[in-house]
Order: sequence, then C-alpha cells, then structure tokens
Amino acid sequence: MKRILLALLGLGAVALAAACGNPGGSTIRIGVIAELTGDMPAVGASCRQAAEMAAAQINVAGGLALGGAKKKIELFIEDNAGKPDQSASAAQKLITQQDVLALVGPNASRYAIPAAEIAERARVVLVTPWATSPKATLDARTGAPKRYVFRACFIDPFQGRVVAKFAQDNLKAKKAAVLYDVASDYNKGIAEYFKQTFEQGGDRVVAFETYTTSDKDFTAQLTKIKSAAPDVIFLPNYYSEVPLQIQQAHRLGIGAPFLGSDSWGSADLIALCGKECEGYYFSTHYDADATATPIARDFIDAYKTRYGKTPDDVAALTYDSFGLLFKAIQAAGRPERQAVRDALAAVPKYEGVTGTMLFHGTGDPVKSAVIEQIKGGKFVWFATVNP
Amino acid sequence: MTYLIQQLLNALQLGSIYALIALGYTMVYGVLIMINFAHGDLFMVGAFFCFLAATYLKLSFVPTLLTSMAGVALLGVLIERLAYKPLRQAPRVSVVITALGVGIFLENFTNALCPYPQGIPPLLPSANWSVGGVSVSALQVLILALSASLMLMLDFMVNRTKVGMAMRAISWDKTIVPLMGVPVDTVISLTFAIGAGLGGAAGVMYGLAYPVIDSNMGIMVGWKAFIAAVVGGIGNIRGAMLGGLILGAVEILVVAIPGVPSTYRDFIVFSLLLVLLIFRPYGILGRPRSVKI
Repeated sequence: MKRILLALLGLGAVALAAACGNPGGSTIRIGVIAELTGDMPAVGASCRQAAEMAAAQINVAGGLALGGAKKKIELFIEDNAGKPDQSASAAQKLITQQDVLALVGPNASRYAIPAAEIAERARVVLVTPWATSPKATLDARTGAPKRYVFRACFIDPFQGRVVAKFAQDNLKAKKAAVLYDVASDYNKGIAEYFKQTFEQGGDRVVAFETYTTSDKDFTAQLTKIKSAAPDVIFLPNYYSEVPLQIQQAHRLGIGAPFLGSDSWGSADLIALCGKECEGYYFSTHYDADATATPIARDFIDAYKTRYGKTPDDVAALTYDSFGLLFKAIQAAGRPERQAVRDALAAVPKYEGVTGTMLFHGTGDPVKSAVIEQIKGGKFVWFATVNP
Repeated sequence: MTYLIQQLLNALQLGSIYALIALGYTMVYGVLIMINFAHGDLFMVGAFFCFLAATYLKLSFVPTLLTSMAGVALLGVLIERLAYKPLRQAPRVSVVITALGVGIFLENFTNALCPYPQGIPPLLPSANWSVGGVSVSALQVLILALSASLMLMLDFMVNRTKVGMAMRAISWDKTIVPLMGVPVDTVISLTFAIGAGLGGAAGVMYGLAYPVIDSNMGIMVGWKAFIAAVVGGIGNIRGAMLGGLILGAVEILVVAIPGVPSTYRDFIVFSLLLVLLIFRPYGILGRPRSVKI
C-alpha cells in the first residue's frame, strides 16, 4: 500500500513538473537576478530597467527570429535582497521552477559568485553584467574557468592595474592608501590587484586598511591612514559606502585625493556625497556622453525616452548581456540550454554599448576601461584605457 | 600622541551615540523588566524622521532634532500601548517575541516606503579645527555636548524629581506602588517616551555623523547598544552610559592598534560581553535583583 502511495506521489510530482515546466513553449524564458532591495538598490533598478527594455525591444519587433519562427522573450525577475544566499536560491528557483533558458545577473561580485556556482552545476548559462571579480567565472574548487558563466564586463586584475597606473602617472602618487571591505569579494580582490601593480615600480602602499560590510564608522581606519600621509587614497567600495568614507576623511582633515573603481559609477553616489566627491576620479565601463558608436547612441536615446534618465554602467552592461545572449540564442537556432552555451562560447567578438568585447575561449571579455572625473555633480569622461 | 588623542576622540563620538541608545534599553528594562528589542529600530526611525524633516520640510538642525525626538517618543508610547501593554501579565517570553516582531515590522515598513539608502543633507556647517594636530569637527563637538547634556538631564530627572522617583519605585515593586497612588501606566508611558526620544536623538546624531541611512541600520547598532547596556549593568542608567563609552572605545581601539584586522571588531566586541558576563553577571554597575518568594 505504502509503495503504491509513494509511486502515485512520484507520478504526481512528475506530472506536475511536466505541467509547470515549459520545454517547447512559445516564449524564450530568461531569468534576471537583481539587487532590487538591500544595500545597492540603484544597481538592481538599473539592471531591471535595462533588462525590461532589451526584452521589450525584441518583443515589439515580434520576437527573436529562430529558424523561421519568431519567439517572444519572457522575463522572470527575482530580487536577491542584497544577500549572497538569496542570490543562490533565486538562481535555483529560476532554473528549477521557472525553467529559464538562461540567467542574467546578479551584478555585484559577492552575489554573482554564489549564483554562478548554482548555474554551473545546473548547466545553465549565466551572464553577469557587472561582476568584475575573477572568481565569478572560475570554479571554486579547481580554479579552472567555469563552462556556463559569462560576463559583459572587464575583470579586476585589469581594472586594478588601470587605477594603479592612473594614480602613478596622472596623480603622480608615490604613496597610496587603500580602505576596502574585506568581507566582499569584489572590494578585496581589486584592492589586492591595485596593491600589486602599484608596488611593482618601487612605490609603496603605506596603509592597507579593512572594514566589514555595513560598517558606518571608518574614523579609526581613516585616522590610521592619515598618520601614514598617503598621496592618494583608493576606495574600491560600493556607492552607498563611499560617501561616508569621504565625508569622515574630510572631517578628520585628510586632504589627499580619493580614487575609485567601477562600484562608484551610480548616479546615487553624487546624490549621497554632495559636493564632497567633487574632483575625484574613478574607473568604469563606459561613458554615456563620450560614447559615440551608433549602437551606444541608439541605446542611450531609447533608455532616456523610456525612463527619463541617462543609463549608468549597470544598465549598459545589462543591455549588453542581453545582446550577447540573444546573439547566442540565434546562433544556436533553438532555445536549448546546452546549445545556447555552446553558441555563446563560440562568440569571438561582440560589439556592444560598452565597446568591443573580445572573448578568448573563456567567459571573460577583453575590453577597454574608462576613467571618469566627478565634475560639477556629473561624471565627466577623462580617459579611455585599452587593455 | 596626536594619533592616540584623535582615536580617543573618534571613540568618544561613537561611544556617546551607543550610550544614548543603550539608555533606552536600560530604562525600559528598569521599569518593566523587559528588553525592548524594537529599540534599535526606533533609533533607525529617528534617523529617517531626521531625513524627512531635513529634506522635505527643510528644517534646520534644532527643529529637526526636536521633531525627530518627539516623533520617535510618540511612536515608542504607541508601541507600548498597542503591543506591550496587553501582554503585561503574559509570560515574559511573549513580550520579547512581540518586541522582536515590532522591530521587524518597523524595518520592513520603512523598507517598503524607502527602499533606497538615503542621504541626509548636512544640517551643520562643516567646520573643522586642528588643535595641535588633532582634527576636531563641529559635528563632533555637537554630538559630545548634546549627548552629555541629554544624559545629565536624564540622570537628574531620574534621581532628583518626583517622576524619577516614581520610575524607580515601579522598578522596585510593581504591586505595591500603584496602591500608593502612583499612576503606573502614565509613568510607564513616560519611560517609553523618554527612552525612545533618546533613541530618536541618537538616530539624528548618527544620521548626521554617518549620513547614509537605510532601513537595516538599526539592527547592528541596536545589538551593540544592547550589549553596552548589559555591560554597564542593565537597568542602571549610569551603567548604560559607561557601557556605551566602553563599547565605543573598544570598537575604535581594536582597529586603531596596528596589525589587528578590522574584521575582528565585532568578534572582539561580542567576546568582551561574554567574558565580562562570566566575571560580572550583572554588568559593571548592575546589582543582582533579589527575588521575593
């Protein structure tokens, strides 16, 4: 009796899975994991808006052309609440319950890494728009490149080098200080790459200070940094923390210029920082005003019309992630997870909003970085650095 | 030397904010023998009131401080009346769980209204002085002066006024005191109002010192202030002030010592609580309560 019941239960589960799953459906199901709430909601909002725009553009045209037929894009957007564990469970949910073809997001490295582990194990393509930590596309155990995880942005060994060179060449810094979140993969990684490059030529990092996510008081670390008298202070931290760090530094009488990385690039940085961030530089993925390629122009204009604001780097990279994914799905010719992965891995070059991406057999594109300066409450293009 | 003085000044600033919040825990505990776990979130609401008053009503510093304190005090009384009073005869666990529930409600309610981290506009001139190499900001002076005067006022009120005497009496014995004609409910409401109001003041000062606020900011700060209250001896007002200052000093000095990674900050703070409770289970200034059978 028990066995029959169990068998019935099993059958029921299979039937349910078949009914809910959507293998040969009429739409292409794509999952998006974004930081809609938590400590960086501006990142999640940009990602969601760009994703919805990318899908809408395809759907307005009737859908994505696949072997003669046109298929519409259906988005499933999940919030990871700014938590690593919820990023993993969102990925799991989208893969198993919503049966998505591929995933886009999460954006911050510390959320993308756990989600990427799930995607890799489930053999589903995940494209992260903004996670620059090398760990996102590397297998945690073997250190080999992951097969199913791709990204639309450059990686931190490159970005750390760009920022360190900028500090030495443009700011003529000989002594640098770093304050970074030691509990966050992105911040920790890029801080170390910066240090490596900066110290190569005989210059020194005189203070290498840490804190932990959600700390608000940095006066102890900043006082330490002040007594080391650096020429420049590198803050590779997210946009909601940087204003606090700069304000507290100013109150402690620190006059050295600050330098940032792509985690600064949200318009909210200026809203939170006010005039105190004026004049500082940071590296990022693209500049909406200085970008002249027709693809970028079209994207920026469409985004401005739709949302009434200039797309930030997360929006542009999310759009590029979708572009990359659409290209792979079309190349695969059918909405099948493995086929899409193989097609994506075979893309050698993609012309996106954020510039040209060259793939050399891994999920990490080689592309150029931009240095921006905060001037008059705006991000102003300063230089483009090619790899 | 200047380095050390600067760090002590940093510690004093952080410590006096912890002390103000710790007072709220300790006052409520003193009167009701309950730990108001929603207090950290009242502090958060205080910071949000400050944000609303400064951004939308464009108030200057003093009115902002007063409206925030009044708003949070009112909220504290409301919470007591709606959530805790019906449970006054219930087992203590029910009240603690209710308090946690109220805290989670406040966090999520604020999060629903304000999901984005918000920036508080600078309400004070950003003046900086250098005194013998030590940098002192106007804000720092204000925080120290304001919290010191609030604490002195509270200490005076509890120890020297009739209301304070009523509070101490209720804390001593809740059964006999009403028979002496002390309006227990009013005094309890007042206790909540003052405790929450101080939390609101702490929220404003914290918001000015660390002007990026979000709905979860009260959790960790609340826990730490709770530790400060316990370290000082929960129920003891001077103990809460002392505990707050000690906690601030430990937090800053842990990071200030060269070679200690700041990741150890919370680890050391919470270890301190454990070690202290082994040797002084009632806190530094706390006294054991004798239970009458």
